[in-house]
Amino acid sequence: MPTGKQEYDRMAKKASPPSKKGKDLFFAFLFGGLICTLGQALNVLYAHLGLSETEVKAATPVTLIVVTAALTGVGVFDKIAKIAGAGTFVPITGFANAIVSPAMEFRAEGRVLGTGAKLFSIAGPVIVYGVCAAVVYGLIAYIFRLY
Amino acid sequence: MAERLGRYTLRFPSRPAVLAGAAVVGTAEGEGPLRAEFDQIFPDDTLGESTFEKAESALQREAVALALKKVGKTPADADFIFAGDLLNQCTGSSFGLRDFGIPFVGVYGACSTMALALGLAGLFVDAKAAGLALAVTSSHFCSAERQFRQPLEYGGQRPPTAQRTATAAGASVLGAHEPGKPYLAAATFGRIVDLGVQDANNMGAAMAPAAARTVADFLRDTAMSPDDLDWIVTGDLGAVGTELFRTLLLKDHGVKLAEARHADCGLLLYDREKQDVHAGGSGCGCSASVFNSYILRRLQCGSLRRVLLVATGALLSQTSTLQGESIPCIAHAALVCAPGKGKE
Repeated sequence: MPTGKQEYDRMAKKASPPSKKGKDLFFAFLFGGLICTLGQALNVLYAHLGLSETEVKAATPVTLIVVTAALTGVGVFDKIAKIAGAGTFVPITGFANAIVSPAMEFRAEGRVLGTGAKLFSIAGPVIVYGVCAAVVYGLIAYIFRLY
Repeated sequence: MAERLGRYTLRFPSRPAVLAGAAVVGTAEGEGPLRAEFDQIFPDDTLGESTFEKAESALQREAVALALKKVGKTPADADFIFAGDLLNQCTGSSFGLRDFGIPFVGVYGACSTMALALGLAGLFVDAKAAGLALAVTSSHFCSAERQFRQPLEYGGQRPPTAQRTATAAGASVLGAHEPGKPYLAAATFGRIVDLGVQDANNMGAAMAPAAARTVADFLRDTAMSPDDLDWIVTGDLGAVGTELFRTLLLKDHGVKLAEARHADCGLLLYDREKQDVHAGGSGCGCSASVFNSYILRRLQCGSLRRVLLVATGALLSQTSTLQGESIPCIAHAALVCAPGKGKE
């Protein structure tokens, strides 16, 4: 009997090595934790320099975004992210990289239809569903008078 | 004139010669175990061009120019060129070859293109429709990444089953039989096989059933066993696909393929221990560059007598992947023999 789709699916799964979950989790924790610690350190530093609470809340993510953008630009970020995985992807660094990398990549197709149009090709869904989630939360908060 | 052998195989009685081959590669391939075999290794994957698509076209152009130079011919001497690549609408080939002025037959077989083009070129030469025909294909890691996957600088992780698209091109020049030159004895154009694999990061698993079916078809049609061949060389099954290919060949087709009788270009091209290529190499340029350097050279010197090149292709697109379709795959086979062997 020739191999059917279900049987082949089992064979293919058996032959395919899984990702090293233990290692991936460890490095995600390590790098994610380091980035958050860096964020906290920046918070403290900016507060120490006399910025108001609102200004600190803006200055810290801006710093992390600028650093990520620079590291992406010089071709280092993807090498770190390859090891760090979710550790660099989940914090704001992942978002910054998701914007900068297509911007660089599609420069060849022009500033308008290349960089401009493709800028949000990866981060776009995050923005769309982030805004949707915020609207839903806002409605819940409004209806149940949670604010 | 080509004869049909069995159900799916074509035999070329005039034994069209593979007069020469040329293989040009990028940096990662030039650092692999076959670095001494290639005609040219480019130190910069842009090849000095402004886009990666132009770089891929340049790879094909260089491979064709080098292959023609080896046989002392000019583009004006060539009757046909069979070419294809992975870029949308095969622009790697059409842009790369536009200045040669050779009658152009664009073919698409995804990563199976080398064997497909080789078989067609052999068929044209055998039918005396061409005195000199070329088969060429290419792939480029960066142009494939931006078309099929994520931007190059995007920070993501790839699963261990993923393969690296080779930055490489290979060209073969075929002509009427010449004693002392390897020749194309037969070709089997494959059937599309789809065993339901949907994971575009596991192409080896998707393509293995197609490779097994084409090899089984070829062996049945020619009444050969793997021991009648020196090597069955698959295109880019990688580590995962290689294992599944051998398993399926035995399980579904009753063909026992010893490890020593099989090689995979995707595993030959890179050193998986030292290079970050996960399950191995892939892309049209993978089998094209390995065949037109390492394999062809060993056929020319006679250390390999009969090689069945089985290039495998995944016939998917970005759209089909996003729509959750499974991956139809194909494998084409070309039997290339060393000079002087009486019976093919």
